[in-house]
Amino acid sequence: MAHGHATTAQHRPVSMRGTRLRARLVIAGLMAAALAAFAWSLSAGAMPVSVQDMLAALGSGEGSMEADIIRQLRLPRAIAAFACGGLLALAGALMQVLLRNPLADPYVLGISGGAAVGALGAILAGATAGWIDAGAFIGALGATLLVFGLAHGDGSWTQTRLLLTGVIVASGCGAAVALMLSLAPEGRVKGMLFWLMGDASSASRPWPALALLAIGLLAALPFARELNLLARGEITARALGVRVGRLRMLVYGLGALLTAVAVTTVGSVGFVGLIVPHLVRLAIGNDQRLLLPAATLAGGVLLCAADTAARTVVAPIQLPVGVLTALIGVPVFLFLLARHPR
Amino acid sequence: MKMDVRPAVLATDHLTVQVGRRDVVRELDFTLQAGDTLVILGRNGAGKTTLLHTLAGLRAAAAGAVLLSGQPYAAWPRGHEACLRGLLAQSQPDFFSATVLETALVGRHPYLGRWDWEGPEDEAIALAALASMGLGDFAERQVPTLSGGERQRLAIATLLVQRPHLYLLDEPLAHLDLHHEVAVLDHFRELAANGAGVAMVLHDINLTARYASHVLLLDGEGGHIFGPAAEVLTTERLSAAFGHPLRAVADGTATLFVPA
Repeated sequence: MAHGHATTAQHRPVSMRGTRLRARLVIAGLMAAALAAFAWSLSAGAMPVSVQDMLAALGSGEGSMEADIIRQLRLPRAIAAFACGGLLALAGALMQVLLRNPLADPYVLGISGGAAVGALGAILAGATAGWIDAGAFIGALGATLLVFGLAHGDGSWTQTRLLLTGVIVASGCGAAVALMLSLAPEGRVKGMLFWLMGDASSASRPWPALALLAIGLLAALPFARELNLLARGEITARALGVRVGRLRMLVYGLGALLTAVAVTTVGSVGFVGLIVPHLVRLAIGNDQRLLLPAATLAGGVLLCAADTAARTVVAPIQLPVGVLTALIGVPVFLFLLARHPR
Repeated sequence: MKMDVRPAVLATDHLTVQVGRRDVVRELDFTLQAGDTLVILGRNGAGKTTLLHTLAGLRAAAAGAVLLSGQPYAAWPRGHEACLRGLLAQSQPDFFSATVLETALVGRHPYLGRWDWEGPEDEAIALAALASMGLGDFAERQVPTLSGGERQRLAIATLLVQRPHLYLLDEPLAHLDLHHEVAVLDHFRELAANGAGVAMVLHDINLTARYASHVLLLDGEGGHIFGPAAEVLTTERLSAAFGHPLRAVADGTATLFVPA
């Protein structure tokens, strides 16, 4: 084809290398930020600990009070916050591709609503912490299966149908939550509200969440290039050889599991799953091979830092971390969005 | 390269395609050889896109078989069919931003292993395809900043990056201006001359007459006429298929069809 404007001289070689280098630098920066967030989280609090003492407490097995505080209180909490931030951001990035909708977040399929019904039901019944977690997990998976079953009923599976079913199930769960709050005895309402707003203070067993974060990321990465294609549309993806049905099942199941574990561990922390993938996308683009690990790290850093802030800024009062993530996330997001006139 | 026996790039064997309970085609038999350009014509809603997706192996046939290079799609190893046939789908909205080069590189997907990244060779293929569609200077632009016609040419460039033997095009001229309409069809004519098979859905009867070697005319009720372009493109047949009288006007070098 002869084109007048195709013959213009190239000023410099065009390549993806610059974009990818930048993305890798961002990921390296996020790793450094993760270390900094952990250091802050372990040292800050009612009893400040210097970095040397902190490393000594982590390294040795002696039972000084500082070491006990760090190893038994702050470290599990920091790991839980980091892991759940990562889980929510990864699940959010996956859901945005699955539904081809930038407004999708991990809760869009009713998962947090189901978890809230399960957890609040357990609190209302006077259950102990372990049973509250179990209630949240069962509620989350119940909502996931309900949405999937309803949206998948006639075999077809359009994004709009899935989204609409999720929104309706979520609002039904919201009504059930409001009902339970209004029926609950005075003494249990505060615990219920804290659960709803997201709270890492009771997370004493953070390791399952961290392990699942690693497994989830490793399970998603091999399919990252196929997810790039899915984000461009089903027909395009299928024409290029992607097994779309299988990929969607994987993304749906993985996203639901990651979210269920996150809400079970720290409650339904908002905005991380919606905003973090977008923030990262603005910084490095939408190549899932880079976006998924970067969003996972950024989500972990954000929630770890937000949780540390939540327990220190107005100490001794502890704020619900979900409130802080929204207060930090919303203005940052709006600022970045306004700067990118796309 | 000259071959004594031209392989059938695409063939159908008693193919019946349905949407719901309505027949799009019944008992369709045709063979597309390397070098052929087939144009599928029919009125709105006749099922042209459905048929094209069936020919692309993305939709199950109600009966009969589609043979890609002599074999049904199911007989090809998983993913290999994407190296053999490419589909230009009707444009879909983009919800996420990407650069033009990044988008064109998508066409290399079938050739890359699970953990591979696109390398310099892949980028060279993508940049050449972009240049062939007049998008050589657009490589670093964001797709949402492109016009409709530029996006359509990007979609075509992405298909060219895939380098299949069989090109299935659903309204390749959508949003294109006159110059690019002709340029795109010239490009596919050249690919066909170099041994590819091309099947496309078009709306322009006169461009069909100029570029098609074969025409498949759908009547919208399952009936169809397949044959060499000159045999199928007659005023009676076209008038019946489109439900509007047409008349042929000869200008000395070509015969043009205009609405009566």
